[in-house]
Amino acid sequence: MKYIDSQKVKKRMGGRITRNTIAKGLFFFATLIGLFFLAALAYRILTQGIGNLDWEFLTGFTSYDPERAGILAGIVGSMWLMLVTGPVTVVLGVATAIYLEEYAKQGRLTRFIQINLQNLAGVPSIVFGLLGLTIFVYVLNIGEVVLAGGLTMALLVLPVIVVSSQEAIRSVPNSLRQASYAMGATKWQTIRRIVLPAAIPGILTGSILSLSRAIGETAPLLLVGASTAIFTLPSGIFDPYTAMPIQIYSWTQQPNPDFQAVASSGIIVILVFLLLMNSIAVIIRNKFSKRY
Amino acid sequence: MASSKDGNKNLSISERIKKNKETRKSLNIIEKIVPKLLLLCAIISVFVTVGILYTLLSETFTFFAEVSIVEFITETRWQPWQDSFGILSLVSGTLLITVIAMIVAIPIGVASAIFLSEYATDKVRRIIKPILEILAGIPTVVYGFFALTFITPVLSKIIPDLSFFNALSAGIVVGIMIVPMVASLTEDAMSSVPNHLRYGALALGATRLEVTFKVVLPAALSGIIASFALAISRAIGETMIVSIAAGATPKFTADPTQSIQTMTGYIVQVATGDAGYGTTIYYSIYAVGTTLFLFTLVMNLLAQYITRRFREEY
Repeated sequence: MKYIDSQKVKKRMGGRITRNTIAKGLFFFATLIGLFFLAALAYRILTQGIGNLDWEFLTGFTSYDPERAGILAGIVGSMWLMLVTGPVTVVLGVATAIYLEEYAKQGRLTRFIQINLQNLAGVPSIVFGLLGLTIFVYVLNIGEVVLAGGLTMALLVLPVIVVSSQEAIRSVPNSLRQASYAMGATKWQTIRRIVLPAAIPGILTGSILSLSRAIGETAPLLLVGASTAIFTLPSGIFDPYTAMPIQIYSWTQQPNPDFQAVASSGIIVILVFLLLMNSIAVIIRNKFSKRY
Repeated sequence: MASSKDGNKNLSISERIKKNKETRKSLNIIEKIVPKLLLLCAIISVFVTVGILYTLLSETFTFFAEVSIVEFITETRWQPWQDSFGILSLVSGTLLITVIAMIVAIPIGVASAIFLSEYATDKVRRIIKPILEILAGIPTVVYGFFALTFITPVLSKIIPDLSFFNALSAGIVVGIMIVPMVASLTEDAMSSVPNHLRYGALALGATRLEVTFKVVLPAALSGIIASFALAISRAIGETMIVSIAAGATPKFTADPTQSIQTMTGYIVQVATGDAGYGTTIYYSIYAVGTTLFLFTLVMNLLAQYITRRFREEY
């Protein structure tokens, strides 16, 4: 009993345990700050915007009168953009992922493409806007239309889709491929009939999530010329357009404070869209993903 | 081959082999073409990079034919409509926002990561993590609106001479936007530290706090620093929050209560304004874009270098 002085141990341990408890509280509190901001944002937007959110708002065009401003052109414009962005970026992204995962040999070219994609993902979205402005709007002379905006968005989210598709393809176990080869299937037959079907839930989830990122993007669209005030809906990919975030941005720029409520209603609409897309992605992930 | 349904039944063996060879031939052609098509798609991402570099550089050179590069780098006044192009005031605006954002994002992000990875039970983690991910998915234009109409009014009650557009409010909100990114990257780095290191320290009588600061954080340091570099790159490139809430007055200042302008904010201002194609102001957005691109590229490369060079393998 002489060797361990329990009184002394208690005295020393006590301080350390108290410090641990205090630190735990602090860490928890810091975590709550993020959640607090989310709650404040949600509360603010809902209380400000819900009153203005009615059928008229959903089916009306923007206006100089905050009472009559609506977001229809934004909703339709965003859908048109996704019609261009979706197919282009999914085809390119999945093809790139298949190449990198199934065909590419570990060489200099593969490493280069991988590093390039990694860096491309870190380029600010507004720089993609500059690219789209120069290449699509001026050099190819497409003009400030849906196609130019959609292609710019497609390039922006390409790295994200490639990475998520690569992960999906990588998670298909090799035993499936080998079984397919053993049955006499060729490489492409194996990829098309075995690997892709097995990887499709992951690919879809990744694609939907990156498209939902594209829907919320504002900066590149401002550069490639989405208009803020548009009073006819685009009827093709060569028509001028606007998008939901662009409309919201233009309402925040109005000096009349009544437009704050209009912007809030717009934000509710876009958040509902994002929530829907994310729920679909989560459902697909939970329902169809298999564990091998 | 009982399952052959294409009328092969009546063929002799040699005829079947012949037929099989023919289908093989067309299959072989597909096998040869497909990888090339796929490679073509993969190369497009490289073309995108080349395209970015080419557009930025060629238009920037046009700009420097009209404005001296020395003036661009050393001048502190940015008043394009009066022909003074000193990038330093835009850079100082960007750095001011970035510093404020990091002061907010690093402590909150790292503390959240420590809580989630070292203290929280599985149940708590499963509730809090998705909520933080929602924070990461909110469009930046929404954050900008929130900064302008909520954070700024709240702050101006504390700081009476805060201007309506100011760097402080925009910076804080950029920081909040980045918290989920710092938190999840830091948590990844911390959870890749093997548990036996934790158990070893706990067995020696260390508290969780001591385990965290003396064992886990040092072991995960490279991943954590890399996440800071990526976060800084994100803050530098952030556009909508600053162009909505930080103002449009380029200033060479470190005073966060003032209205300032960032590089990204200037590009948006010109793009939504009426400066025509081919004017000096039009070319100036490319020079600013190139500077912005270089800043973010350096931070991204730094992050990659840190993860590669200092990674601890267990």
